[in-house]
Amino acid sequence: MAELTAVVGIGQTKYEAKRDDLSMPGLVREAAERALADAGCSWADIDAVILGKAPDLFEGVMMPELFLNDALGGAYKPMLRVHTAGSVGGSTAIVAASMVQAGIHDRVLCVAYEKQSESNAIWALSISVPFSLATVAGAGGYFAPLVRGYIRRSGAPEDTGIRVAVKDRQNALRNPLAHLHLEDISFDLVANSPMLWDPIRYLETCPSSDGACALVMEKESLASRRPDKVAWIHATEMRSEPTMFSGRDQVMPRATLDNAKNLYRKAGITNPRREIDCAEIYVPFSWFEPMWMEGMLITERNQGWKMTYEGATAMDGDFPVNMSGGVLSSNPIGASGLIRFAEAARQVRGRADQHQVDGARKALGHAYGGGSQYFSTWIVSSEKP
Amino acid sequence: MREVAVVGFTQSPSVRREPDRNEVEILIPVLQALREQTGLAGAECDFICSGSSDYLAGQSFAFVSGLDAVGAWPPVSESHVEMDGAWALYEAWVKIQMGYADTALAYGFGKPSMGDLPITLALQLDPYSVMPLWPDTISVAGLQARHCLERGLFTADEMAAVAVRDRGNAKTNPYAQVKGDFTVEGILAEPFLVNPLRKSDCAPISDGASAILLAAGDRATQICERPAWIRGFEHICEPMDFGVRDLGRSRGTEIAAEKAGVSSDKIDVAELSAPFTHQSILVERALGLPPETRINPSGGALAGNPLMAVGLSRIGECAARIFRGEADRAVAHATSGPCLQQNLVCVLEGR
Repeated sequence: MAELTAVVGIGQTKYEAKRDDLSMPGLVREAAERALADAGCSWADIDAVILGKAPDLFEGVMMPELFLNDALGGAYKPMLRVHTAGSVGGSTAIVAASMVQAGIHDRVLCVAYEKQSESNAIWALSISVPFSLATVAGAGGYFAPLVRGYIRRSGAPEDTGIRVAVKDRQNALRNPLAHLHLEDISFDLVANSPMLWDPIRYLETCPSSDGACALVMEKESLASRRPDKVAWIHATEMRSEPTMFSGRDQVMPRATLDNAKNLYRKAGITNPRREIDCAEIYVPFSWFEPMWMEGMLITERNQGWKMTYEGATAMDGDFPVNMSGGVLSSNPIGASGLIRFAEAARQVRGRADQHQVDGARKALGHAYGGGSQYFSTWIVSSEKP
Repeated sequence: MREVAVVGFTQSPSVRREPDRNEVEILIPVLQALREQTGLAGAECDFICSGSSDYLAGQSFAFVSGLDAVGAWPPVSESHVEMDGAWALYEAWVKIQMGYADTALAYGFGKPSMGDLPITLALQLDPYSVMPLWPDTISVAGLQARHCLERGLFTADEMAAVAVRDRGNAKTNPYAQVKGDFTVEGILAEPFLVNPLRKSDCAPISDGASAILLAAGDRATQICERPAWIRGFEHICEPMDFGVRDLGRSRGTEIAAEKAGVSSDKIDVAELSAPFTHQSILVERALGLPPETRINPSGGALAGNPLMAVGLSRIGECAARIFRGEADRAVAHATSGPCLQQNLVCVLEGR
């Protein structure tokens, strides 16, 4: 029933710790203009604007889509603002796609951003409010026990996370847009970096970045006429579950498993490891690569670390993960999920430049958020389903 | 387009301050009542979308706790907009249109009493040029009202008459917060709160929540005897800057109303979420309502204004009148941002 929809334009800013050369409108516009140029479209060709970002406290602007409307060519058009915690970038892509898939709009602009230098994310994530459990530990403090739980269950070697961190930062050296370009990245450099939240070391965490990402999506009858490769959206899926309740498996939440099953069913995928050529997975702390390899049913339970260890997730492995350098190399939080979705689309369009996986035809984009409780994913392909 | 209808609507009373209940505790009875009304209101729904604001709660990810009220287990297909629940309903309607879902729950909730709302809303303004001046919501709306009065678009009497009408209507609404027999003379005798706005020109500050269940085709008639079918659902955002738009009309509402097909037939009932009397007049004119339309039978936003739910409740109030056979065709309006920046129009019909 849904209209087949494709990504036809992709734009990203350069990711940096502090883009003080740009205002917030300037930041989102830089990404949007690049996406429009890539799609060969003008502002007038856009029917609606879908904007996503993480908590408003990150910049101190309440519902910033209202003041950004003008900069995004949104005047007198429909505009929607998505916010689903860390998965928001992915959710924004899914909501934008659904506007076209439902036949409501022909072509939409999807933008996600964060300008974290405007504020302090750790502070914004650690406010203690009445009647609520306050961890006051930021995201790393929240996730460290989950990583410990994974290590205990899987028996993964303690240096698995270090290997992920090295691999993703090496990949980032191929991506000129990445925030971190650590030329001297090595096992020892990561291993000797300070322990922040045991077992997560400083160089196993994501940076805090400014940046924006934008996609132009359009319906089949328009996208089919394009001479260049487009990324056809084969399936999208979202799943959420509550943060905590007795018996909840926070290490391997049911929401990720349900999400993966439904995504693959819709995309007609029976053997994800073989049928998917590469993946951009939301890995803000290194250990989440092996964890989500299991959570996305790419490998058997408690075996995810072996994929890292054996090099399967490296650029030249059988299932490359985070070719762009991933969240570990660039993390404008609200945009990070959309960047994963965008990088998956770049791969199947054959437009990922120095970090292109040869012959990638089908790719997975993934984002998660909250207390490992929000999941958004999509499968894109160079071929129509 | 698929035939999609509102098949259930519930709300909490609008109150100035919920001292003892947090957002989840406000929401739970609303969703329980929706389940009693329709048979489903949580994980049984194919899709769920909520609307809320972190800044009202003073906390990042404030909406996450809404999942506790929903009882999101097994895990649900769910999304959230940092907007009024009316836009959450729009997203839910889109998911049904694309065939992703046959039933969908939308809810909105807000507890503005936790902070100083007029000052909190100043944080919506341009953070580089306007917000540092801390213009509160009432002052910004006052500038718009003054602009309209000076242009002779309406009089202070006409503004006061809106409050008299809405709060009179609200006398029969058990969920309303401000209601009673007001008079134009009495309101005009009130001192200015922010010239030219008097207290009665302003919506109250309200804590509250509301929820709507949508269903497609046969599912709708199975759940509800007389569903409120959605015949038009449009929303438009204007640029924010006060200098680049005409503050004397709601152009966004006009465009949304035209696209939604408001004027194609008679309208029995209209529910507007305009939070100031002068904005109510601007929205009425933008919708092009005929004289016989009954406006704000619930009292509208001037009688109860639970931010992030108030727009959704307008759609629900229209639907409830269709459920009860009191209306055949209704128009609901929601707004967001300073001076009616963003507007949504929903046309509902009993058949």
